[in-house]
Amino acid sequence: MAKVLMKGNEAIAEAAIRAGCLNYFAYPITPQSEVAEYLAWRMPEVGGVFLQGESEVAVSYMIHGAASGGARVFTTSSSPGISLMSEGISYMVGAQVPAVFVNIMRGGPGLGGILPSQADYNQATRGIGHGDCRLLVMAPATIQEAVEMVMKAFPLSEKYRNPVMILGDGLTGQIMEPVEFPEGLKAEPVNKDAWATNGMDTRGADSPNVIRSLYLDPTALNDNNLALRAKYERMKSEEVLYEAYNTDGDYRFLIVSYGTMSRVCKTAIDMLKTDGIEVGLIRPQTLFPFPDSAIYAAARKTSCTDVFSIEMSMGQMVDDVERCVKGVKPVQWYGKCGGDVPTPEEIIELMMATLKA
Amino acid sequence: MAKTFRKPQALSDRPTHYCPGCTHGVVHRLIAEVIDELDIRGRTVGIAPVGCAVLMYNYIDVDFQEAAHGRAPAMATGLKRVRPDLMVFTYQGDGDLASIGMGEIVHAANRGERFTTIFINNAIYGMTGGQMAPTTMPDQRTTTSPFGRKTDEVGMPLRMAELLASLVTPGYITRQTVIKPKYIKKAKKAIHQAFTNQMENRCYSFVEVVSTCPTNWGMTPVESVKWAEENLLPYYPLGDKKTPDMAAAA
Amino acid sequence: MAIRYCIEEDLCKGCGLCVSVCPKKVLEIAKKVNTKGYFPAYQARPEDCISCAICCTMCPDTAITITETAEAESSGK
Repeated sequence: MAKVLMKGNEAIAEAAIRAGCLNYFAYPITPQSEVAEYLAWRMPEVGGVFLQGESEVAVSYMIHGAASGGARVFTTSSSPGISLMSEGISYMVGAQVPAVFVNIMRGGPGLGGILPSQADYNQATRGIGHGDCRLLVMAPATIQEAVEMVMKAFPLSEKYRNPVMILGDGLTGQIMEPVEFPEGLKAEPVNKDAWATNGMDTRGADSPNVIRSLYLDPTALNDNNLALRAKYERMKSEEVLYEAYNTDGDYRFLIVSYGTMSRVCKTAIDMLKTDGIEVGLIRPQTLFPFPDSAIYAAARKTSCTDVFSIEMSMGQMVDDVERCVKGVKPVQWYGKCGGDVPTPEEIIELMMATLKA
Repeated sequence: MAKTFRKPQALSDRPTHYCPGCTHGVVHRLIAEVIDELDIRGRTVGIAPVGCAVLMYNYIDVDFQEAAHGRAPAMATGLKRVRPDLMVFTYQGDGDLASIGMGEIVHAANRGERFTTIFINNAIYGMTGGQMAPTTMPDQRTTTSPFGRKTDEVGMPLRMAELLASLVTPGYITRQTVIKPKYIKKAKKAIHQAFTNQMENRCYSFVEVVSTCPTNWGMTPVESVKWAEENLLPYYPLGDKKTPDMAAAA
Repeated sequence: MAIRYCIEEDLCKGCGLCVSVCPKKVLEIAKKVNTKGYFPAYQARPEDCISCAICCTMCPDTAITITETAEAESSGK
């Protein structure tokens, strides 16, 4: 298969089509508007549906309406836009409707900045919407990985009847890298007659399907929440993905980092290796479910004295890392959140400073 | 001349939770009659609002989606775009459509989305217990305008049919009422037209239905009909504001 | 062929709208509650009923039906 040099946002757009998703509703926001600009001409080419909605709020409900009708559908946005979709996503989780959401993170809070960040970690993994609302969250580090995660996201969301989020950042969206679209990741169509509002005639049924999240009876609502919880537990046992880098030998420090930040950490690790300093990296590829046991096991390595959570935020993933490490080693956070990506030199300086202390 | 009258097929047997005299029941029945007459039950999907009619999927036997407050036109847009063969309608009250959902309804109408909206205007928020609506009349007392709607502080009531008729995109925009039998017949015709437009893929259709809310108006159902006729109909005049072949209202 | 007029007592919420619109003043509100606690409407003067179905049109609860039956029946409930 030939590789194509593509901008991250455009590769994500193309990946959805190659996965068999031909419906896209979105609203422009920097740094991901190129997804909509690409699909504005590409969707008509493949006979798909493209609509620029009037706001992210409206878009989140266009997604809900289309997905509830049985269509495979996705949207992309960035931090403040994802905040606007929060209610709609909660409704979809409560109603158990699948779809894919891509957040190309930018600086926050508020209007923030237009450069990369990783400051929506808590939002994505914990606070995406009101209620007991979780998403399966995947975080790509390269554009190739973004392509494959987008393609896998559709069958995953349909497997769980739950929205799935791809958490990228402005760098992933804007840079260009060679990519290929694996044929094997094209998702087969799924029969949704059991629950979709696709019209009784379509199903050959006589009784209606209702998509709703309102359960006024407390027992019924608790039952719905128990069903959701069971899904999240199943995700925890079946969907954890992570990469272990330089963890076979005896490393002095363990870094936990994801996405673009993890690439910088890998460079720092390679540079430190030439100076005889070993640092291991656990790179979560799923942020929910989180690679709890892999991080715990890696932290317990006898040679390891410190664990670092390195993220482009003011310290969000660090709480999860602390939780996983269970106090066996000290955990510290390092990060920046203005849009500058920390350099390998900064990471090296951090490791050296800790070494001396 | 003896007539027969029975419950339409598309209307379920479930007794409704609506208050005595609430006109939701009349409008639900008219929609069900139209669904029967056009034989579209198997491909109709309703989008229910947040409001007294949040449970309307219990009363009309077609596929239903429950929308967040105000967002039904967005859900309808998404569904209709991916399944243009389905007959999609939204059913919304004055909080849902004229307050929080203002953006969604204006943009859906302006894009000329090919679905149908039934807008229940009873000048008050029913489900949440009688607060002021964008359609509440000047000096009308509600729980959040206990001294009457003060128009110098919160402006005049919104006339949604006229507002949407001012859009240049073609559409069928009409205002009807169901407070008396003579009006109910006309409302039925309008709802029939609104669904027929969708079958013919003609345009966006919007039927505003001036309705009563006896409980929150603090009146009996019969008193409510009188109050609506004397106070609502003069401000919210009935009739077609725009038809697909007409230019936009000035 | 006869006409059967029926107000389903337990669907009626006693709103009184049918009573107010009946052109022949056939309907009244009963003095006894139904199982839901409402005072339902009933045909006080069924012989004056012309089966115009205006009450059916007005009823928000579709509690009133008029059907054709093979034999004559007393109307109302």
